[in-house]
Amino acid sequence: MASTYAASRRPRAAGRWRRHAWSYAFLVPAALLFGGFSIWPMIASWWYSFFDWDGVGSPTDWVGLDNFREVLGSGDFWDAFWHSFLFSLAALVIELPLALVLAILLNNALLRGRNVYRLALFLPVVTTTAVVGIVFAILFDPVRGVVNTALSDLGLIDSSINFLGSTSTALPTLIGIDVWKGFGITLIYWLAALQTIPKDIHEAALIDGASSRQSLRFVVLPMLIPLAIVILLLVFQRSLNTFDLVQATTQGGPNYATDVVPTYIYRFAFDPFLQAPRYGFACAAGVVFGVMTLLITLLQAPVLRRQYKAGATT
Amino acid sequence: MSTTELVRETPAPVAPAGPDRRNRWYKIRPKLWHLFLIPFCLLWVYPFIWMVSAAFKSQREMLLGGLSLIPEEWTYENFERAWTTARFGDYTINTVTFSITVVLIVLLASAAAGYALSRPDLPGKKVIVGILIATMFIPHGYTIIPVFLLVSDLGLNNGLLGAALAQAGPALVVPILLFMGFFAGIPRDLEDAARVDGAGYLRTFFRVMLPLSKPVIGTVTLLNFITAWNAFFVPLVFTLGNPDLRTLGVGMYNFFGQEGTDWTGMAAAACISTIPIVIVFLFLQRTFVEGIAGAVKN
Repeated sequence: MASTYAASRRPRAAGRWRRHAWSYAFLVPAALLFGGFSIWPMIASWWYSFFDWDGVGSPTDWVGLDNFREVLGSGDFWDAFWHSFLFSLAALVIELPLALVLAILLNNALLRGRNVYRLALFLPVVTTTAVVGIVFAILFDPVRGVVNTALSDLGLIDSSINFLGSTSTALPTLIGIDVWKGFGITLIYWLAALQTIPKDIHEAALIDGASSRQSLRFVVLPMLIPLAIVILLLVFQRSLNTFDLVQATTQGGPNYATDVVPTYIYRFAFDPFLQAPRYGFACAAGVVFGVMTLLITLLQAPVLRRQYKAGATT
Repeated sequence: MSTTELVRETPAPVAPAGPDRRNRWYKIRPKLWHLFLIPFCLLWVYPFIWMVSAAFKSQREMLLGGLSLIPEEWTYENFERAWTTARFGDYTINTVTFSITVVLIVLLASAAAGYALSRPDLPGKKVIVGILIATMFIPHGYTIIPVFLLVSDLGLNNGLLGAALAQAGPALVVPILLFMGFFAGIPRDLEDAARVDGAGYLRTFFRVMLPLSKPVIGTVTLLNFITAWNAFFVPLVFTLGNPDLRTLGVGMYNFFGQEGTDWTGMAAAACISTIPIVIVFLFLQRTFVEGIAGAVKN
């Protein structure tokens, strides 16, 4: 009974697969690329992190959890992690609400020149982070930089501020540049979200006697919540992985005051002044960072889900 | 009695004045926002204006400092120096090559995969799409080391092709989903008609389906071209041993490290790096913005 079932089943199954042979062939290039450069590296990072390895030959020097122990016990790593986290926090606390306010303003069809404003705010998004970062480094130069010249001409400061060169101001300055750079994309996210809300709903609220502000607060904003969560996660991920800006301007300095996790990893794996790369250790740092990021995202999940439900039902 | 009536009547003509004044206020109020918006946006545009102005200033004028944005004497020297001495001419060619290669790889791989996955009856489709979406939520900023080692093992670490593959691989998810959604929306009758006319799978794809998907091709091309042009981490790591292959971003990084005082030269180099991509964006901004907006909504 079982054998006849299998016998009758197999040719049909095989035919099903054969019928789709071309489709599977079409999947091969993407599978190779994605598998090789996205999925394999995620697995390989874990594997390499158990070795003490300088990249010469295959990894053979198994050290167990030593790399992880070293990463978790390293004050420099936790400092870098904290700095990465501050980049995200600033994006969530400053950039996200400010961009929402501007999106609401610029979503008003009656506002003149709104396309020009939108364009101005979006310009930094299409430029290379490393390049604009260096332009900012020149603007913030302690000796002849435009910012210091302007501040001292206005009489606001007595001696010049070494924005990117002193341990107390370097990180806030870089965070400011990061917000400047990412603002436009967050604005576009919000504008896209606002446009999903039918105009009629806002107008109906106005006819029912709500003020424009009330309609915004009690009708439009609650409807934004489901998409707001997506935007929050996108912005969080982006700013947590800040690398280009820091590497191009301060390389984590002065005295590691602006070190973020990706520059930390870079330093142990690719820094040209390195005597021997420590791939295993760098991978362990990456894995710890990845796990921590995932944990933070998951910790947000219950809160977000509740908000999502609240938003979906109103 | 009559006096009270008079008193009652007098406010009547005043009444319309109230809403009237409010109307005027409502007319002015949106304009007041410009007082906030103009300085706010100037903050965003100023670095670009400074960059262009500094690129045309002489090095002497830059040394004297000052806040003027209009050069006293215009000079093209900075562009010459950046283009030839600092090799930004070569870097531009590298960046164009790199970006076009990335776009071609992404387009070919994602259009093909999207077409294959658009068939609702494909066995294993759900699993594949599930994996694609799941990887979007797994942070993969730390994958650079295995990627670098894999490319070295393939013997591609001394060409831009290796960097382009490393850049294109993780960038496939959104394009695949876009193509899949588009092809799934095309009526099956069209494919059936092509088959009746004797077209095979390949012919149907290249002659019928691909030409139809021009809007998606446009979005994917533009988004990936801009991302690849602005890429930094991947080109940096892959050109460490080979300065000839530097892209504009990496070239700028090294220029800053070596000639940190040549501000006018760097401003010119920054112009060379950013102005082409800004022009591309200005012409195609609607496609670009809609592409991003579409990705969020999905």
